[in-house]
Amino acid sequence: MTEAAATTAPTSVTERSGPIEWASLPRRMVTVYLPLACFVVVLLFPFYWMTITTFKSNEELYDYKNYNPFWVSSPTLANINKLLFQTDYPSWLVTTMTVAVVSTALSIFASVLAAYAIQRLRFKGSQWVGLAIYLAYLVPPSILFIPLATMVFQLGLFDSPMALILTYPTFLVPFCTWLLIGYFKSIPYELEECALIDGATRLQILWKITLPLAVPGLISAGIFAFTLSWNEFIYALAFIQSAEKKTVPVAVLTQLVEGDVYHWGSLMAGALLGSIPVAIFYSFFVEYYVSSLTGAVKE
Amino acid sequence: MATTSQRVALPPVEQSWLARLFDWKPFLVVLCMAPCVGLLVVFLTYPLGLGIWLGFTDTRIGRPGEWIGLENYISLLQDDTYLMAVWWTFFYTFVATILKFVLGLWLALLLNHHLPFKSFIRAIILIPWIVPTVLSAIAFWWIYDPQFSIISYVLVDKLGLFDQYIDFLGDTWNARWSLIAANVWRGIPFVAICLLAGLQTISPSLYEAAMIDGASSWQRFWHITLPMLMPILAVVLTFSVIFTFTDFQLVYAITRGGPANSTHLMATLAFQRAIPGGQLGEGAAIAVSMIPFLVFATVFSYFALARRKWQQGGKDD
Repeated sequence: MTEAAATTAPTSVTERSGPIEWASLPRRMVTVYLPLACFVVVLLFPFYWMTITTFKSNEELYDYKNYNPFWVSSPTLANINKLLFQTDYPSWLVTTMTVAVVSTALSIFASVLAAYAIQRLRFKGSQWVGLAIYLAYLVPPSILFIPLATMVFQLGLFDSPMALILTYPTFLVPFCTWLLIGYFKSIPYELEECALIDGATRLQILWKITLPLAVPGLISAGIFAFTLSWNEFIYALAFIQSAEKKTVPVAVLTQLVEGDVYHWGSLMAGALLGSIPVAIFYSFFVEYYVSSLTGAVKE
Repeated sequence: MATTSQRVALPPVEQSWLARLFDWKPFLVVLCMAPCVGLLVVFLTYPLGLGIWLGFTDTRIGRPGEWIGLENYISLLQDDTYLMAVWWTFFYTFVATILKFVLGLWLALLLNHHLPFKSFIRAIILIPWIVPTVLSAIAFWWIYDPQFSIISYVLVDKLGLFDQYIDFLGDTWNARWSLIAANVWRGIPFVAICLLAGLQTISPSLYEAAMIDGASSWQRFWHITLPMLMPILAVVLTFSVIFTFTDFQLVYAITRGGPANSTHLMATLAFQRAIPGGQLGEGAAIAVSMIPFLVFATVFSYFALARRKWQQGGKDD
């Protein structure tokens, strides 16, 4: 094996002129494309299964003998119809959307100001504040939800979307601030100096120079925060009680399961419809997602 | 310079005290930090302290508690369900993290080849990570159904590997491995995409030099890829460990801690005791007992980051 590699390597090195492509096609088939195909199939299969279950009728759903389970022979919209018109699904969707949008906006506002102060105003100890915010991101909701539940109760916010809007920033603000600090770092400081010499105030600089240049960073932070709040589960589970005020992830799990009978068709329809808004959102901003994900980790 | 600036600024703009206040740096810093610090102190720092305090009380829902010292912790140490949860949380974190990293690194290496539709593949691979965890967990719940599991169907009816359908969630170990599989499934994309970003920063000339020297592909991986990837690997690893350790959604959605409390993670057990059970004090104590491990992981992360800075500052390449 090693000898073969040693004998073939020099010839390929002399021949090629572009990037390294030393493996032959059949070899690449086995070592690259086949495993990659397996990964893609496994990673996407649950979504395929979710989608196909949504469109199956009940008799087809529980009969693997007469119907091929991997395909729908007679698609039906009954499950979606039931979900939209016989449950509170539309109101869950509206609640989730409202909470996600408002908490994202609140977090971005707080994060922009904080990131600007830490990165550009550079006060004494700004590094330590930055570190503290990084550490705040590592405090998981699983630890905070019990004391937060008691606080929410005392503030009279129990069973109100306001409780979620105020608590979601605990994990959104650290993430966004961290991301934006990294982004502000990449904007040349000279631009601000010029503006300062021209007599602009600090807030004018932030509003008219830094922010317009940081728009890609703001979009990254915004869509990430939106997805994170759409995803949030434990606070929504603990702080909201009445059925019609629940968020989609919580409601699908708690409201669509009636007793021991699982209506898999409508459960899957709920999961599918709850995933679609995020998926659409994602498909528009894939590059921002990837850059914010990797940017945050590299920082 | 002084003369020109005097001449330009001749009409001395009568700045109001308000405008001057907004240009006064200390005030501006306080103003900018206020929303962020306010939110985090009220809804993060204070609850963290409150949680630690609650752990030392016997608070229940609707009844303020009294200080009972270490009683919660002492009773937890004799509680088999809790001890099982601690053990299972560590096992879950350990096994799931290793699998996520091995498979995620493999996927990242595959994606680092020259592929057609590369950005499209990268985009669809991230989908499991984007979709709300609970919703994909529900899909797994259905995939693990005792009667209509599609995995059982393929293994039993199509391939004939087993005699009877697998009881994925009814048996202790089956349920545990099913949860680990679901967690790994969800974690792979995050690890793979982050590591791919790291891989793309490695200069191809290193590999070319190694190939000229006759290094095998395994040697190239071991002596170039892995060391160059180490800084980013350490950070992603810490994140993954922390969020797997405190996982809640997957277990709550798929098994709710069953069968017979054998798959309760510390987070789900804390929820179980505190919210439906009403024992806020005990639940808080369980949640607080996760903190030492998190602190350990965070300190580890901090030193991994610090080491990276030293590497960057110390050597240019």
